[in-house]
Amino acid sequence: MAEVTLRQVTKTYDDTPAVRGIDLEILDKEFVVLVGPSGCGKSTTLRMIAGLEDITGGEILVGGAVINDVPPKDRDIAMVFQNYALYPHMTVYENMSFGLRLKKVAKDEIRVRVENAARILDISALLERKPKQLSGGQRQRVAMGRAIVRNPKVFLFDEPLSNLDAKLRVQMRIEIKRVHQKVRTTTIYVTHDQVEAMTLADRVVVMNDGLIEQVGAPNDLYHAPKTKFVAGFIGSPAMNFAPCKLEEMAGGLQVRLNEDIAFPVPQGRAGRYRPHLHRSDLLFGLRPEHILERRSQPEPNLHAFDVTLEVTEPMGMETLVYFRVNGTEVCGRVNPNAGAKAGAPMRLVADLNNMHLIDDASGKVL
Amino acid sequence: MTAAAQRSATVLRAARPASMRRDRRRALFWSYVFLIIFVIFFLTPPIYMLITSLKTSAEISAATNPWWVFAPTLQNYIELLTSPVYLTFFRNSAVVSVLVVVISMLVSIPAAFSLSRMRFWGSTTLATGVFLTYLIPDTLLFIPLFKIFAFLHDLTGIEFINHWWVLIIIYPTLTIPFCTWIMIGYFSSIPKELDEAALMDGAGYMQTLIMIFIPVALPGIIAATIFAFTVSWAQFLYPLAFTTSADQLVLPVGIVTTLIKGDVFNWGQIMTGALLGAAPPLVIYAFLMDYYIAGLTAGATKG
Repeated sequence: MAEVTLRQVTKTYDDTPAVRGIDLEILDKEFVVLVGPSGCGKSTTLRMIAGLEDITGGEILVGGAVINDVPPKDRDIAMVFQNYALYPHMTVYENMSFGLRLKKVAKDEIRVRVENAARILDISALLERKPKQLSGGQRQRVAMGRAIVRNPKVFLFDEPLSNLDAKLRVQMRIEIKRVHQKVRTTTIYVTHDQVEAMTLADRVVVMNDGLIEQVGAPNDLYHAPKTKFVAGFIGSPAMNFAPCKLEEMAGGLQVRLNEDIAFPVPQGRAGRYRPHLHRSDLLFGLRPEHILERRSQPEPNLHAFDVTLEVTEPMGMETLVYFRVNGTEVCGRVNPNAGAKAGAPMRLVADLNNMHLIDDASGKVL
Repeated sequence: MTAAAQRSATVLRAARPASMRRDRRRALFWSYVFLIIFVIFFLTPPIYMLITSLKTSAEISAATNPWWVFAPTLQNYIELLTSPVYLTFFRNSAVVSVLVVVISMLVSIPAAFSLSRMRFWGSTTLATGVFLTYLIPDTLLFIPLFKIFAFLHDLTGIEFINHWWVLIIIYPTLTIPFCTWIMIGYFSSIPKELDEAALMDGAGYMQTLIMIFIPVALPGIIAATIFAFTVSWAQFLYPLAFTTSADQLVLPVGIVTTLIKGDVFNWGQIMTGALLGAAPPLVIYAFLMDYYIAGLTAGATKG
């Protein structure tokens, strides 16, 4: 059990920077997910913590001790790989006990630990099988079991679910969460899937281009993104962005998207937005789930507007509607019974309680 | 395959249009034609050897049908297997080949592991160099080797010529480059995550090599073993150049030099000796091939 600290960590391959100076504090027993598009440096960061990559600059501490020059086998860290990396010539039992056998742990102790881990993961019946006789999900469990039996200070997961099919992925996601609740080991998990990040993490670290964009609890990232990148990356379908102008109006401010559509800014935000009046490089951000069908009762900060729908996508529990504002495609999520039809005009409402105003030049959410 | 999968396979086959079945039949027909030609071409010499080895010298020199034995005899076999000199050749060949295989493996497995996995300065150049070494024809190498041995003789006083054990020094120069090269290929095909997992589990390089790489790459190692054994068992030019005394000869040279006396060819015994000499590689192929192919196909497909 240990906390992990990264201080100004950088990684450069030849001349290409992969990680450009990141600071991160991970608490004991915490489940942290590093998420970002491919090439953002998340896997490199994980591999540096594991000791599989040299650290170009900065330092990494595990349990308060700098581990930059400690070889991987002495770091007491276990890792689960994307392709499982099970030893194909060993049985499940041998796979799980390999690390302990290298450490010369007593045979009885090994048996107890392996059987215990197998019970947690529900693979007790598979201990004598070879990896090639297992399904993808079972292999993933064995890979996790191999990490659990060692009882390490830190678990690292490198995109462990991306080789599984969609249904199994959901199942294993729950499994990983359950295991973490049982063994309570500090866990660092890398994925490019924001849904996995949101569902698993105590805290999510969003990375982009070798830097950390934002660190926060899943709901904080969703409701209060600090940058345009985080706003667009977290949430599915992604947040809509449209160029806008901030104008003065009677009793407050309004954002104008075009001649026809302008929304009043909620009272609570007016003060914060006022310094940006009349700027030409602002973006209006609103998630699809905050563009809804018309309400029967007026509600505060819900504002109606009219559009012509281009495409509709019925999803069963909801229907996604697509339309254009000033040439930018915008997505909304409406009730399937709201009568959305492609090519037809529709009155929608924007939930301005959840609006964001973004400085397009710096990418910061205002 | 499950019963259901089998059923669906049959259904698929039945549903296949007739033209495809005709295509398949034509392809099979020509496959057989060429395979039969191939088999006749390659099996004729050994069969001829077998027939001749069962004849007496008198029958061989008489102009009877060369493809038929009228008075079969095991005389040639008995004479060879009771002749001490032939058994010496056999023993020399066996000892040399086994030791060469062992030495080749001891050198080329670690060499291939380090060249494929430990990135160090000049490792790719070295790997290419190893392969280029193999491209130089053996026939060009024995003169410089002779020179080197003469030089070493002057230096140390040890006689390097006309000893069967000299071959144990020479053959690895032929086998190691190629064995290393095959195994670099094999080791490179093992996913990187596997040694990373071993590394995380606390294994050092040696432990990773012995406990993970060697078992996983066993088919490749067996292929290399077969190769090294065949090269050293069948080598003719080097023992001919480096050994002369009858008690130092290996099988291929021994048969030719002792069974041809002046211009008298003892064909019956030459054929018998060659057939018996070909037996050990055959046995090794037979045993290891099964294992080799099993290793190649195991886990080759997903799931």
